[in-house]
Amino acid sequence: MNSTLYSLLGLAVAVSFIMALKGLSAPKTARRGNLIGAVGATVATVMVFFAPSKEAHHNTALIIGAIAFGVIVGVPAARKVQMTQMPQLVALFNGVGGGAAALVSIVEYLHAEGSSVGVAAKIATVFTVVVGSISFSGSVITFLKLQEIMTTRPVVFPGGRFVIAATLAGTLGTAVYLVGHYEKTTALLVLGFLSLAFGILFVLPVGGADVPIVISLLNAFTGLTVAAGGYVLDSTLLIVAGTLVGASGTILTRLMAAAMGRSLFGTLFGAFTAKPQAATGAAEARPVKSASPDDVAILLNYAQRVVIVPGFGLAVAQAQHTVRELADLLAAKGVDVAYGIHPVAGRMPGHMNVLLAEANVPYEQLVEMDEVNPTFPQTDVVLVVGANDVVNPAAKTTPGCPIYGMPILDVAQAGNVIFLKRSMRPGFAGIENELLYDAKTSLLFGDAKESLTKVVNALKNL
Amino acid sequence: MDPIVVLTIFTLSIFVGFEVVSKVSTTLHTPLMSGANAIHGIILFGAIMVADKSTTTLATSLSVAAIVLATINMVGGFVVTDRMLEMFKGKGGKK
Repeated sequence: MNSTLYSLLGLAVAVSFIMALKGLSAPKTARRGNLIGAVGATVATVMVFFAPSKEAHHNTALIIGAIAFGVIVGVPAARKVQMTQMPQLVALFNGVGGGAAALVSIVEYLHAEGSSVGVAAKIATVFTVVVGSISFSGSVITFLKLQEIMTTRPVVFPGGRFVIAATLAGTLGTAVYLVGHYEKTTALLVLGFLSLAFGILFVLPVGGADVPIVISLLNAFTGLTVAAGGYVLDSTLLIVAGTLVGASGTILTRLMAAAMGRSLFGTLFGAFTAKPQAATGAAEARPVKSASPDDVAILLNYAQRVVIVPGFGLAVAQAQHTVRELADLLAAKGVDVAYGIHPVAGRMPGHMNVLLAEANVPYEQLVEMDEVNPTFPQTDVVLVVGANDVVNPAAKTTPGCPIYGMPILDVAQAGNVIFLKRSMRPGFAGIENELLYDAKTSLLFGDAKESLTKVVNALKNL
Repeated sequence: MDPIVVLTIFTLSIFVGFEVVSKVSTTLHTPLMSGANAIHGIILFGAIMVADKSTTTLATSLSVAAIVLATINMVGGFVVTDRMLEMFKGKGGKK
């Protein structure tokens, strides 16, 4: 291919990515934006085979086979995943991208002749290997946490800070050494392993509630890794695309952190400040008020205003359609129904919006936290469906607890609070919720979908 | 490439990246993150470039591994983002 044409195509692909990100930030254009990005990526993948080059092509069949294999693995995973597992899948996709970027730079480094690698290219190579590996191993840990294969609580061990600091120092030392010397094997291998270890240690102390922020951050990291890889490979397209993701990912991470009332710094360096916590005292058996589906139905039937607060439990139980049925039934009876959406309810910001949109809940019934909070004093019944941390008053009253400072939905202001819960287990952040023992609270135990179905039936018979 | 040119491209791209997402609503945080995630799958482009000139077994196997990982990132990323956004369909007019 003519090299001017090739460069122009590369420019078009870069523009398509900008349009994709722009489109994705507004509801109306989001889907089209994603499509534009996909088309751009496809064009890039095809055009690279026709790169203007005087050298012979190698491995063409192998390359096409590898792409086909990637498609066979990636597409079914993306199509079949349950809505509840979406966050961990995105984390995994991000991780493999970071891993790929690290491998690409390593291969390019192997190709180079020792003397021809400039200092800037060496720095870019080392950066790609370090950050790409961190992104890979860190994402794997976030996956394990979200999938609940390992504990969702912060993992802190005595002396952890020193282990992390030593790993970081080792990584940086090896990185500096590699910039000064050209060495293909041992040092590069050591660098890769140290970076992988650092990625693991960096994410382990992060508590469950902060995991989405970390995924977003690692996503931005992978973007920067790709940009550095672009410098190594002399590709403007990779530099632009990687930087775009790095920059937008950083903004997004900050927005998410703000929505959760976290400082980005605190989340990031939690690894260095976290102290092993003494195990909290054995949970005392305190009395809670439990309610039957009929009690709940009666309470809802005579309410003027009901706010439904959905959480991860709703997603797990796949109860979004049932909750909509209940809301419609109440609305038909003249009850004013709204959904109070906490920005980080579920496992990812916006998780609930996606889930309820699937059940065709009218957009105007979804009320964001800042708007719904002032209305709670006028609300008769709040129905908390599988949410816990986002309504936990400990965020306001208990300094030092992991969610302290996070804005919450002030459901305690309402007349009655009904929790639909599977058990007395605390939420993802692992903190006891005082509201469960409050006099105006009643609990309906069981799977959210089954409980809601029972309430709907009881309501129909009233 | 001239380092100054690279720095220029890099700096301008940062500003564009900041600008395009600065007004995103909370609802779209997750799809936007997922879409950006798919975009960095473009490292596939680089993976094919290095695979194309790999002659040793080591370089070839590493670059093939990179292609597989990058393809999963890119293709899977776009598909999963589309699935998330599919659920918003038909809402555009009402907003």
